[in-house]
Amino acid sequence: MKWLSDSKLTHLRAVVGNPDFSGTKYSFVKELARGGMGTVYLAEDTELNRQVAIKVLSTPEMTEDLRRRMIREAQIIARLEHPGIVPVHDVGVLPDGRVYYAMKFVRGERLDEYAAHTSSTRERLRKFQAVCDAVAFAHAHGVIHRDLKPQNIMIGSFGEVLVLDWGVAKILREAKTEDASEADTLILPAVGDNQTIDTAHGTVIGTRQYMSPEQSRGEIDQLDERSDIYSLGAVFYFLLTDQAPSDGRPRAVNPKVGKPAEAICLKAMAHARSQRYDSAAELSADIGRLLDAEPVSAYRENAYEKVSRWVGKNRFLVLLVLAYLLMRIFFIFTSRS
Amino acid sequence: MDPDTDIGGAHQRFPVTNQSAIAAARSEDQVVRQRAFDTILNSYWKPTYKYIRLKWHANNEDAKDLTQGFFADAFEKNHFAHYNARKASFQTFLRTCLDGFVANERKAGKRLKRGGDVNHFQFDFLSAEDEIAMQAMQANDLNAEDYFHREWVRWMFTMSVDTLRQRYEASGRQVHFQLFEAYDLNDDDTSVSYASLAETFALEPATVNNYLAATRRDFRRIVLDKLREITATDEEFRTEARSLLGVDVK
Repeated sequence: MKWLSDSKLTHLRAVVGNPDFSGTKYSFVKELARGGMGTVYLAEDTELNRQVAIKVLSTPEMTEDLRRRMIREAQIIARLEHPGIVPVHDVGVLPDGRVYYAMKFVRGERLDEYAAHTSSTRERLRKFQAVCDAVAFAHAHGVIHRDLKPQNIMIGSFGEVLVLDWGVAKILREAKTEDASEADTLILPAVGDNQTIDTAHGTVIGTRQYMSPEQSRGEIDQLDERSDIYSLGAVFYFLLTDQAPSDGRPRAVNPKVGKPAEAICLKAMAHARSQRYDSAAELSADIGRLLDAEPVSAYRENAYEKVSRWVGKNRFLVLLVLAYLLMRIFFIFTSRS
Repeated sequence: MDPDTDIGGAHQRFPVTNQSAIAAARSEDQVVRQRAFDTILNSYWKPTYKYIRLKWHANNEDAKDLTQGFFADAFEKNHFAHYNARKASFQTFLRTCLDGFVANERKAGKRLKRGGDVNHFQFDFLSAEDEIAMQAMQANDLNAEDYFHREWVRWMFTMSVDTLRQRYEASGRQVHFQLFEAYDLNDDDTSVSYASLAETFALEPATVNNYLAATRRDFRRIVLDKLREITATDEEFRTEARSLLGVDVK
């Protein structure tokens, strides 16, 4: 038997681990990221001569039922045409039986990377609102994401916001124009990742720090749009504090966080689903109000806060009035003297 | 594609029906148990020997005896039947058993000579010694667990390459294997391109591409087949598959 050196071993492991795209229109370029549900590769679309990101399920075994459902889910997700949802170009099966999705290759940075160098709260809020809008669009089409976290949100080169990784999405209902069908779930077996783990009834899917309590408990039947809203709240928590959600309130972690922003975050992350926002659109609207210095639905202000907010919002007008008053006082004094 | 002759059948899918040798080690049937033991033995003897040599600092004669002794003891007492997949991976279990065995032998201060000078198993210790000599410098950089794992991965791949070669020779696809050997197994520093291989083997570059893709696919299958044989549960199989097929060498 031939001795395999360390370098040859590394090469063989890469060769064996990398997907075989023969028989497809893609050629392998390199590995981009590896997660619990699958691995994302950069590949070249040889027909259209462009680069695409291809997600291949990591598990070495698939049942026919799982494969069929994955393809169906990919087809449904591919119909989510929204500027904030990374488009799925293609879905297929590799020669080794694994299902893959070909998606737009997004050049940019992940939300956590973006936050590392963006201190402006307003900029962060705008990005977060765009995330809410994309998720709201998916919800309107009966799809919940189930693994929303900063690492699954990309900020493109032109500042566009894209929600990635719909591989563990759940379809609550299909659009009315489609054939009526029972709610279905995309179930991707995990491969040993501690963060994102397998699902079946009673087990868990998603990333623990960003998942809702019902999701943590593995209550798959209980998951709905509000489970995503919890995750959005957790992403918002991260944007407010630069930390993944913990037991502490946002203001305890970062005292600069305003009470309305904290209230929005806590409402989205309420333990009981009934106390959360009813929709991502509502959450987005509250973020919009926060940006516009309007009262948010999640927080009841006292009189002092109302005045402070009004002053903050109308700073220019207040300054003008103050300047006018100062001038009047100045003229009064000068005319007397 | 001929589903009867092509490895993996028409769909080239992953193995789902391979019997786990770990599970079979608990069989009441002596023949089944013996076969399972042989599979485990084949998969682990070399990493075991190297591990004893380098991490227990045993000389080659002691390491040979300890390796023989460990597996003989495991077979006699049916140790592998006691493995509980919920507690640890089989690899960890085996290594723990091995550490316990070697520690006990050392404590007792005895040098194993089970059945006099008769060896129970036929191992190619010479090749293992050659490999130790080639990697002596690198071994010191790894802790015991990582070293055992790396050597186990190396042995799994080595056996898989050998199986691939045998199958391809048997099915008259020597050219496929020669291409694989030249491109993926060649330790020579000179870079080999698809074009140069096409020229050497008088093939079209596209054919080289297709042959290599098919061979790698079969190689992957063989590796996973072997892996399934020596893992007890689906979860362990997936975990080990990820570890084995990961890009980073541990």
